[in-house]
Amino acid sequence: MRATAANIMKVCCVALAGSGLARAAGDTSSPGNIFAPASTPASSIYDLAILILVITGVIFVVVAGMLVYASVKFRSKPGDEHKEPLQIYGSDQLELAWTVIPVLIVIVMFMTSARIIHAVQDAGQPPGTIQVTVTGHQFWWEFRYPQYGFVTANELHVPVSDPAHPTPTYLQLLSADTDHSFWVPRLAGKTDLIPNHPNTTWIDPHETGLFLGQCAQYCGTQHAKMLLRVVVDSRADFDKWVHLQQAKVQPDASLSPDAEEGRRVFNRTACINCHTISGSVADGRFGPDLTHLMGRETIGSGAAPNSAENLKAWIQNPATFKPGVLMPAMNLTDKELAAVTAYMQTLR
Amino acid sequence: MASESLPLSGSISLPRETGKTWLETVHEWVITVDHKKLGLMYIGQALIFLVLGGIEAMIMRLQLSVPHATFVSPEAFNRMFTMHGTTMIFFVAMPVVFGFGIYLIPLMIGTRDMAFPRVNAWGFWMSLFGGLLLYFSFIGGDGLYGAGSAPDVGWWAYAPLTSTAFSKGHSTDFWTISLLLSGFGTVGVGVNLVSTILCMRCPGMTLGKMPLLPWLYLVMGAMLLFTITPLTAAQAMLMVDRYMGGHFFDTQAGGSAVMWMHFFWIFGHPEVYVLIIPAFAFISEIVPVFSRKPIFGYPVMVAATVAIGFVSMSVWAHHMFTIGMESYSNAFFVLTTMTVGIPTGIKIFNWLGTMWGGKIRYELPMLWAVGFLFQFLIAGLTGIMLGAAPFDWQLGGSYFVVAHFHYVIVGGILFAMFGAFYYWYPKMSGRMLGTTLGKWHFWLFLIGFHVTFDLMHIPGLLGMPRRIYTYEPGRGWDSWNMLVSVGGVLQAIATACFVVNLIWSYWKGREAGNDPWDAWTLEWSTASPPPDYNFAQLPEVKSRRPLWDIKHPEDPDWKYE
Amino acid sequence: MSAMSPAVPTPAAWTLPSRGRVGMYCLIAAEAAIFTIFVIAYIFYIGKSLSGPTPQQVLEVPIFYTVCLLSSSIVIHFAEKALHGGQLGSFKLLWFLTFALGATFLVGTALEWRHLIGEGLTISTNLFGTTYYSLVGLHALHVTVGLIGFVIVLICALMSKVTQEHAERIGVFSLYWHFVDAVWVVVFTVVYIIGR
Repeated sequence: MRATAANIMKVCCVALAGSGLARAAGDTSSPGNIFAPASTPASSIYDLAILILVITGVIFVVVAGMLVYASVKFRSKPGDEHKEPLQIYGSDQLELAWTVIPVLIVIVMFMTSARIIHAVQDAGQPPGTIQVTVTGHQFWWEFRYPQYGFVTANELHVPVSDPAHPTPTYLQLLSADTDHSFWVPRLAGKTDLIPNHPNTTWIDPHETGLFLGQCAQYCGTQHAKMLLRVVVDSRADFDKWVHLQQAKVQPDASLSPDAEEGRRVFNRTACINCHTISGSVADGRFGPDLTHLMGRETIGSGAAPNSAENLKAWIQNPATFKPGVLMPAMNLTDKELAAVTAYMQTLR
Repeated sequence: MASESLPLSGSISLPRETGKTWLETVHEWVITVDHKKLGLMYIGQALIFLVLGGIEAMIMRLQLSVPHATFVSPEAFNRMFTMHGTTMIFFVAMPVVFGFGIYLIPLMIGTRDMAFPRVNAWGFWMSLFGGLLLYFSFIGGDGLYGAGSAPDVGWWAYAPLTSTAFSKGHSTDFWTISLLLSGFGTVGVGVNLVSTILCMRCPGMTLGKMPLLPWLYLVMGAMLLFTITPLTAAQAMLMVDRYMGGHFFDTQAGGSAVMWMHFFWIFGHPEVYVLIIPAFAFISEIVPVFSRKPIFGYPVMVAATVAIGFVSMSVWAHHMFTIGMESYSNAFFVLTTMTVGIPTGIKIFNWLGTMWGGKIRYELPMLWAVGFLFQFLIAGLTGIMLGAAPFDWQLGGSYFVVAHFHYVIVGGILFAMFGAFYYWYPKMSGRMLGTTLGKWHFWLFLIGFHVTFDLMHIPGLLGMPRRIYTYEPGRGWDSWNMLVSVGGVLQAIATACFVVNLIWSYWKGREAGNDPWDAWTLEWSTASPPPDYNFAQLPEVKSRRPLWDIKHPEDPDWKYE
Repeated sequence: MSAMSPAVPTPAAWTLPSRGRVGMYCLIAAEAAIFTIFVIAYIFYIGKSLSGPTPQQVLEVPIFYTVCLLSSSIVIHFAEKALHGGQLGSFKLLWFLTFALGATFLVGTALEWRHLIGEGLTISTNLFGTTYYSLVGLHALHVTVGLIGFVIVLICALMSKVTQEHAERIGVFSLYWHFVDAVWVVVFTVVYIIGR
């Protein structure tokens, strides 16, 4: 009796989880829902996933059903204490049957998986493919566009891809320090960034919009806040964005007094050792490229929205948002801080 | 019945009745080479570290119950998940399966002790000292502030995060050395298990007449020799890198981070089979007795286990589907991974066949066993999902994987372990575990387990990666995380019931006698607890169920096997 | 325990394998796995060093010392036979000879390392240095453990405590020594032939 109750309870829990799964599948509000693909690699995975879920679902229903049946039907009744049931030692036919059937199921699942592996990993690059070199750092993303000659950080812009004339984006994945992993669930499965082991992946988003992800391989203290934003633009918007990114700053452009003071402080302190501002003397590679910082919606690789206040707090002490981040507190005076922040805000 | 020609029952060696001083008892246990005492000490060690690992889990669940929580710092959280994983695998799961095996096998094969009693003792102390060294890391190094110097590189300790460049101080060394030490002891356990089972069986007990538990431990013992040693080698290499300026995993010098992954998982995957095979052994002893039928398909069960032993050594890179292997490599590991599911599934069908047509008695051991069957089925199916590499490109590294492996380890191994406790505690202590507390334990744990680990799959499907100390709101993960944490509290309460039961029943439990379950293997023919010498006279057997033959002289097994 | 086996003749001569031998084979299997991992690392890193001395530049093939080590396997076999036959004097002599051959090999390794360090190759120089010293060092460690065992047995033998009865145990120990020699065959092939 109790095992029946236990079994029924388990079926209920699994059904609850299963309905949660269904809700998840329909949860269009969740930006990382793997069942809402918006790009070919993610769709191919989705198709395979449905097949696997159906097969395993059927196996579960059949086997669990038999388990529930057996645990109910064959329980001992009062008066059975001294009567042993028929002692059966085995059955060769049954063993054969329940070996052959699983073998066939495995063959089917293996063949479909192999086909999708090949389709995704060995896909060619059509003309018009955008190339991006992604370098993982502790705890931010560097995006280099070799075709266009500029570098940006943390927010990846790509053009939308028309399935009839695809313009996918190919990502070369490198690492400057430890292992990371590039994961934007609605666009593709994850691929790791491993030092001394270049990898590649590709996406061809079918719709414009913002797609969220984050680093998926533990890389140290602030792994949790190494967030990813992929902005899929229309072709026109993408070209506009590229044009903007290619512009360098004028090293002696006239700025507001505050910003000019900020530029002076920036160029004479440790900032330039880590950061690059194209067109100026700052050409450090350890930290993100800041040339078009104000074009990004967040700072600290998603740690906080890019507002004047947050920018100031970040520069003062990045650990406010991301304790353990590798940028030190700069210990500027209030005046220097206001000036540098003003300078940052000129970097559009 | 079976007790006519046996020595008098009653404890000769348990502290409860010996009239020794406390100091004499401690001394006896510290110097012992008796497999029964060592088995109990392994199990005791496992229970203590289970509580420590559980505390680490609760700290993590509290931190993750809401987004952007500040219950612990990122540094402390990262130490928590590293210590939780390392503790549970190496200082809970391994000791507990060793403990039960070491206790039961000599009794089940009709001999007086293991093949190498002193190696047995050495192995236990290495394991214990390894665990103590690992936990010393909390107060060593920087002291208690920020959870001391406990390792924070994850229990797989991927390179190059473990190099001196990225892992300063000694936290990684605590991880490496404590596992190296206990690993040597583990090799000793493997040697001992294989030697005992091959060389010490009582007359008449051919390998074909051995109960399934020793058979499965034979496979597991042989696997141990090839499983723990790759980790030992890799850890030695890591020490060379960290202390002698070596470059095994130094990517700046041309070394390979991927090579660490291969070596680790060549250990790591067979390791989980080393843990689950003893769970299979417990289930294979419990289900027949409580279904009142012999195990269905004994030869196939043996063959399937041997097959699992071999095939499981070829699947390791399914933990590496995302690292950028060539497509044909990925496909190969998909094939081997799915193949290992076949003998595993066959075992489930055979347990089902054992229950089929039986007269099932739902005492506590059987409740846990039925829980195991159901949950292990599900865990195996989510494993198949992960084995389809493209699906793994989404599911891997996410909370779906965390849910999957906890389903196997908690829903499978821990449930089987609880079943084993309720089944063999009477033999080990002479007393039955209390049934009321036992039922509270079972039901609370069952509910808590399902709330936590069924629901945990969902954040994974919605994109939540693992090993993160906090997460962003608005990703659809919030309420699921809260519920998962609540389930953890239920499991903690249930485990407390269990610990109370263990202690209370030792003093106040119903006396068990030799054979409280009306079972059929040799350990039930001797006193509860057994005398130091196990059997007054070493038995001779004619079938797999010697006590069935005695209880049913008109219908003995050896006529049908 | 007549209750266990109802009126049927008991099984004749119940023999099981010797636990010493089975135990040693298990230990050998485990050690073989450790060596395999180091060999795999060595092979994988052949030609991948970014700098520093290469094997071709600094390695000299240790033919003489290899012959010493491998012939010690033959000598230990005869020592075993002698003990089996009760010839304690021959045993002591052959046992000492085995030890001497093993010790010579170890000295050879030490000399080789001194030469390599002089050429600028240490464990931290490059991938070749790391993998070479680790693999050969691991083997040398196992030789050393074996030599310590030899000395212990030798002392016992000189105190007349080793008799014909111990032939089986000596046989088990010599399995370990044969394993150490077999590992050297593999290491030699990988390091001095394939890797050079």
